[in-house]
Amino acid sequence: MKKINRRNFIKGSLAGGLAAAATGKATQAEAATGTFGGFPEAMGVLVDMTKCVGCRTCEAACNKEQGLPEPDKPFDDYSVFEEHRHGGLPRRTTEKAYTVVNKYEVEGREHPLFRKFQCNHCNEPGCLTSCFVNAYTKTPQGAVIYDSSVCVGCRTCMIACPFYVPAYSYSSAINPVVKKCIMCYDTRLKFGRPPACVEACPQGVMTFGKRQDLIALGHKKIENNPEKYVHHIYGEKEVGGTSWMYMSDVPFEEIGFDTHLGPQPIINHVKDFLAIVPMVLTIWPALFTGFHLLATRKKVMVEDADETGGKK
Amino acid sequence: MGWKTGKMVGLAAILAMAIPLSQPVTVMGEGIELSSLSDLYEPVIFDHDMHIEALEENCTACHHHSAGTPAEGARCLTCHANSGEADSPVCADCHVEEPFSAANLEKIKNTPNLYHQVKPGLMAAYHQNCLGCHQEIGAPVGCQDCHALTDKGEKYYNTGKYAPAPAAAGHGSGHH
Repeated sequence: MKKINRRNFIKGSLAGGLAAAATGKATQAEAATGTFGGFPEAMGVLVDMTKCVGCRTCEAACNKEQGLPEPDKPFDDYSVFEEHRHGGLPRRTTEKAYTVVNKYEVEGREHPLFRKFQCNHCNEPGCLTSCFVNAYTKTPQGAVIYDSSVCVGCRTCMIACPFYVPAYSYSSAINPVVKKCIMCYDTRLKFGRPPACVEACPQGVMTFGKRQDLIALGHKKIENNPEKYVHHIYGEKEVGGTSWMYMSDVPFEEIGFDTHLGPQPIINHVKDFLAIVPMVLTIWPALFTGFHLLATRKKVMVEDADETGGKK
Repeated sequence: MGWKTGKMVGLAAILAMAIPLSQPVTVMGEGIELSSLSDLYEPVIFDHDMHIEALEENCTACHHHSAGTPAEGARCLTCHANSGEADSPVCADCHVEEPFSAANLEKIKNTPNLYHQVKPGLMAAYHQNCLGCHQEIGAPVGCQDCHALTDKGEKYYNTGKYAPAPAAAGHGSGHH
């Protein structure tokens, strides 16, 4: 029988470790390329921005449906379109407004383009995957909802969101939490009804339906009107797909859309890194302690010898 | 939250709509009252005669077809070229008043035809048609040019006597 001595033991464990690492690497790579792709029955909204006239009725409807606080300006005050944040950026969602409409003056277009903006309800939400208390849930109906009672206010989701959607209740001194559109899940979507903004829109800008059907519908609309529409449905593929999707007659990058997000869900950009973290945390301390002990061993022995020698 | 759901559906879905089905468009001499949403808005008096005159009796500027004539809209014609004469030119016969009702959502879902899937509801059809033309010819386009708000409407839009105190204005969109 083979004798297990120290050398064989180390050789064996090294080989085993490498094999384990290799297998780990393979599964991890697979996970990184595969995407969840969303629930098959998920609902969605197709926004045809060419039809929006900027009346802000959707904002009012959202405010009433969600019981949000009084707005800073009336919903029929159109001076909000001229408001800008730092860096000339247009309005964004806040704790008091889960959806906002912004105006874009586009050169060569007869009228300004209005863009409604709210949570896009990603198939694989960055907010959800970044939340360490699991406050977020992607429901089979397509909504990305959250449980405020477990939110610790770390705001990681605000950084993880590629669309800068989650807002924070800075106004609350005692229990500030993250706030965002939930696609009217509690009051409407759960029962198969469209969000309040969709139904309130006087122009019929938004089409509500199964996400898969809406993609087909959008492509048919483009096919039937190739000169009018940009040949792209924003949100069909971006960051793994979103439940809210957009059609435009102006290139998306000109109206504030990030066209460099790529088709991978946000989590895929950090999966490789995250897989290394446990390895680093468990192996590195032991490894470097070992190195340290080896490196100082001789010195300790010499000191010991000196000490005994000195006493002689 | 007191406001919502049931009521909202009704209100939103019926905004500015409803030339009553029974009322033929040949109504002459008086305005047609669009009052289904008179909860949020005062009724809109649509002066059909004035529009007929202004458009020099070109009915198809607004209607896809008149009564007794075949469909003339380019989109309709892709399928309805041989469908024969239309019974009625009334908007609400094709553009449903409640496009987001469960029944209609189910119906749309099972329709293979693109144009029936994207067909706007009555409120959207009116607005797209009216506003589209009004923009082109320089007619009024402001919401309240046609829709005077009721008390409830002012509350809904947080305007008029329900407008937020000016002190708060200009603070909200913040810069986070």
